[in-house]
Amino acid sequence: MTKRRVEPLVWLMFSGGGVAAAVLLPVLVFLFAFAVPLGWVTVDYDHLRAVTGNPLTVLVLLGVFVVLLVHSAHRFRYTVYDGLQVKRKTLVAVLCYGAAAVGSFVALRVLLSV
Amino acid sequence: MSTYAPYRRPLSTWWWLRKRSYFLFVMRELSSIFVAWFVVFLLVMITAVGRGRSSYETFLDFASSPAVVVINVVAAAFLVLHVVTWFALTPQAMVIQVGGRRVPGAAILASQYVGLAVVSAFVVWLVTR
Amino acid sequence: MDDNITMRVTRWRPDKSSPPGPAEYEVPLRKEWTVLDGLNHIKDQLDQTLAFRWSCRMGICGSCGMNVNGEPRLSCGAFLSDYAPGPVDVEPLANFPIVRDLVIDMSDFMEKLPQVKPWIIRDDDVTAVDGEYLQTPEELDAYKQFSMCINCMLCYAACPVYGLDPDFIGPAAIALAERYDLDSRDGGARERLDVLIEHEGVWGCTFVGECTRVCPKHVDPAAAIQRYKVKAATQSVKAFLLPRGRR
Repeated sequence: MTKRRVEPLVWLMFSGGGVAAAVLLPVLVFLFAFAVPLGWVTVDYDHLRAVTGNPLTVLVLLGVFVVLLVHSAHRFRYTVYDGLQVKRKTLVAVLCYGAAAVGSFVALRVLLSV
Repeated sequence: MSTYAPYRRPLSTWWWLRKRSYFLFVMRELSSIFVAWFVVFLLVMITAVGRGRSSYETFLDFASSPAVVVINVVAAAFLVLHVVTWFALTPQAMVIQVGGRRVPGAAILASQYVGLAVVSAFVVWLVTR
Repeated sequence: MDDNITMRVTRWRPDKSSPPGPAEYEVPLRKEWTVLDGLNHIKDQLDQTLAFRWSCRMGICGSCGMNVNGEPRLSCGAFLSDYAPGPVDVEPLANFPIVRDLVIDMSDFMEKLPQVKPWIIRDDDVTAVDGEYLQTPEELDAYKQFSMCINCMLCYAACPVYGLDPDFIGPAAIALAERYDLDSRDGGARERLDVLIEHEGVWGCTFVGECTRVCPKHVDPAAAIQRYKVKAATQSVKAFLLPRGRR
């Protein structure tokens, strides 16, 4: 029986977040950080609200945001270890994944409020 | 005969500035901050969408303000670094066999970009139709 | 050729109080000479007190690893003419404590390597009397690249994670674990996974990739480590989903 460790599962979420960040985030950034605010593309508000409020969209976006946050937390945690040579490793880990957990909860609230 | 303690060389905090490959690695890792920023940005947008048309308009004003555009340009540059490095590293991390033959790395690399294009096209269609 | 090249070689004696520092030597710049040839010239002609490791002088024994101009290299594989007009900095292999001059203390690696059990593990009682193991060329190809490791430790010198956290088991150890896991004659994957699934195992690796870049035998330890992470993750998912232990 394989030892039970949480690192492999965190790493799996990190990987999923990396894929999401590479495959889905670019178009979302292109549209909502640049194209729509700067007027290159027009989006109908009612249609956008309908799409965002759609239960399937909520489900997908929730999953995507959670893995993106875990990806960021995991990567940033190791950057702090390697970059700053911090000794309080457990504290850094708790802060990083804790922030991801808080962010995930906020994402859930936001997505359900549309 | 006595034994002497070996000399341990300390590692500088700036070790990552010594070599280009180390520097690019740290930049790649820092892209994680900007991924988190975009999650926050998108959540702010979705909140605004949920509160009504005028909230959404306020958000668009916020997003098109020069300071935010500059931040987003910098963040987008780091996101591009993430995309390029992530796709480039995947073939090294995965061995995929189809019918007993190993899929060449170039094929894995290309298929990821195809995936990016397909997903992007779908989202643009979904949002603008 | 009348040209010389300056070699700046780290010297250190443990019984003296001064820290390691460079000493300069003028060495003939011969077309076919390597850094190792230069070091041997220094020891033969200029300063017989210089201490350094070497053996085969042809890139197969793994003894002569050192940092040449900041890069982990086998000194027998680094040609002096590539560094002309010089000077060439020759330092002890990075991330290891210095015993004397260019000789480093490799006991950390020697302790870590056996932890991954780099030998064929089987649970049957087959012996040599019963005949040889059979392996197809395809089965050999599955692990051949990872079997090329000569334990030169250049990957440890290149790895910033190992430099920052000496508990990290390191690239070569994981690559060798993968070499045996992939060997069709072996049945020890579970035992090796138990070692490598720990925090000091594969998880410290952040896929910098420098280990693969410096490896003189093209082993690609970075690939081995990432594949190991996937393997560990797959096994962990199975362990959580099938708690009553179907192996």
